[in-house]
Amino acid sequence: MVIIYAETWENEFKKTTFEAISYGSKCAQEMGVESIAVVFGDSVNPIEELGKYGIDKVIHVQEIDEFEPYSIALALSSLFKELNGKLLVLNGTANGKSLIGILSSLINAAAISNVTSFPTNHNPLTVLRSAFSSKGIEQVSSNSDCTILSLVPNALGIISNGDSNPSVELKKIDSNGKTSILQSEKESGEIPLPEAERVVSAGRGLKGPENWNIITDLAKVLNAGTACSKPVSDIGWRPHSEHVGQTGIQINPELYIAIGISGAIQHLAGVSRSKTIVVINNDPEAPFFKAADYGIVGDAFDVVPRLTETLKSFKK
Amino acid sequence: MKILVCISHVPDTTSKISFVSDGSSLDKNGVQFVINPYDEFGLTKGLHLREKHGGTVSVLTLGDESVEPTLRKALAIGADEAHRLNGVPRDGAQTSEEIAAFIRKNEFDVIICGQESIDYNGGVVPGALAAKLNLPFVNACISLDIDGNNVKTIREIDGGKETAKTNLPIVIAGKKGLVEEHDLRIPNMRGIMTARSKPLSVHELIESKSLAQSVSFSKPPEKKEVKMISPDNLGELVRLLNEESKVI
Repeated sequence: MVIIYAETWENEFKKTTFEAISYGSKCAQEMGVESIAVVFGDSVNPIEELGKYGIDKVIHVQEIDEFEPYSIALALSSLFKELNGKLLVLNGTANGKSLIGILSSLINAAAISNVTSFPTNHNPLTVLRSAFSSKGIEQVSSNSDCTILSLVPNALGIISNGDSNPSVELKKIDSNGKTSILQSEKESGEIPLPEAERVVSAGRGLKGPENWNIITDLAKVLNAGTACSKPVSDIGWRPHSEHVGQTGIQINPELYIAIGISGAIQHLAGVSRSKTIVVINNDPEAPFFKAADYGIVGDAFDVVPRLTETLKSFKK
Repeated sequence: MKILVCISHVPDTTSKISFVSDGSSLDKNGVQFVINPYDEFGLTKGLHLREKHGGTVSVLTLGDESVEPTLRKALAIGADEAHRLNGVPRDGAQTSEEIAAFIRKNEFDVIICGQESIDYNGGVVPGALAAKLNLPFVNACISLDIDGNNVKTIREIDGGKETAKTNLPIVIAGKKGLVEEHDLRIPNMRGIMTARSKPLSVHELIESKSLAQSVSFSKPPEKKEVKMISPDNLGELVRLLNEESKVI
């Protein structure tokens, strides 16, 4: 059995969840077993939507309505054991990262994080993963009957050619957490970074937090998330949750636009997996140009607002 | 308060990474090793907790003799004692089991790990360790407040943060925010001198099993040459993003 944790946020599936469902369903087909998605929470809808991504069956646990890592992990591990699971697929999101270690102990499974490929072999289960902060690719095999994979968001894409019309089973599971959640709050824009398909990011070249409107305007027209360099988050111009780089968030969007960021090796480590990189910098010697697909040497305050306008008229 | 900070010995963030010719491991030639950056925030947090609540800060790593300079550095920064589990880390399951066995023999109130190591980027050990010890766990922890037995934590979530409460003992996987960059301590001469006489003990492994195995390493493909576009021709950039890269 392949089990997929169908993560939700405010009662909706995350985009990365569709990637995990696509991945798990494809693996299940290759392994000749069923794929089962596990959904938590009271009013998630529409659950049948998961059929588009090829899932065979959905188990819906309504009672567990918030993300507490132990309560989710205990429920997933008891289902995994009951269903004779072989493979468990997680999103590489903040919540997936909270779960993978706990689950590996509860199930006694091989845990492989940061996965960037479909299995290259099923016996033993072998995948590629990103290591050394994107400076290396590691091939890893499972030595265990049970394996947990967590996927790098945006790395493997969504396969939406199915219409599997999955059965939905309601299941009661008692599962206690070890922490009590008091509150959660959003800090940045509408599109959370790890799953953003397009990201607009800026550095100290912006000269001050009051100038960020040119960044958010560009992000808005591109339907992009916003990010920043480490110095910018260190001096408090932008929240930590927007810091991308080796010790911040690692992302791999379709499009990454870096504005006024010189491109230190630590910054590149967090963004170099982006499929297309555009660098806008007034210093032609900025090292980031070497890692870019397209480069513009120019003043951000001149180029960025004009780029926003050009994109607006392109979209019309 | 007994505080344990688990640290990894990793290549410096500025290192150029390459692998030995058969791809079996990292080429360590010319690579400078440091305390994993995530663990540095944890170590400083441990020192802050000791200053506020009293007690001791112990540091621990799993590694062979070559990691001892990194443990000595942690002692020079201010930890009271260091422990080396004598062996090679193989995967999250084995590493967490070895650390759990050590902790079962030496009780701690607060166990601080880094969110992940910047070499293998596994991020498995902290949660696996918490589950083996049956302790509360907070990943991506950016704030930890302790009052008696009560703990208040903040976890970084996608695009925001989440506050929770629990009780000691606890395992956290920390990152920047736990303390700020400017709080990080660097060893001074006195620290380096006293570190030499602080205890560094070596413990044999319990020989727990690894469940995943590294097969080989390779470098990601090189980027093709950058296309420079005139700032006066932004329409050309939009065209390329649309027609060539197909990202808009």
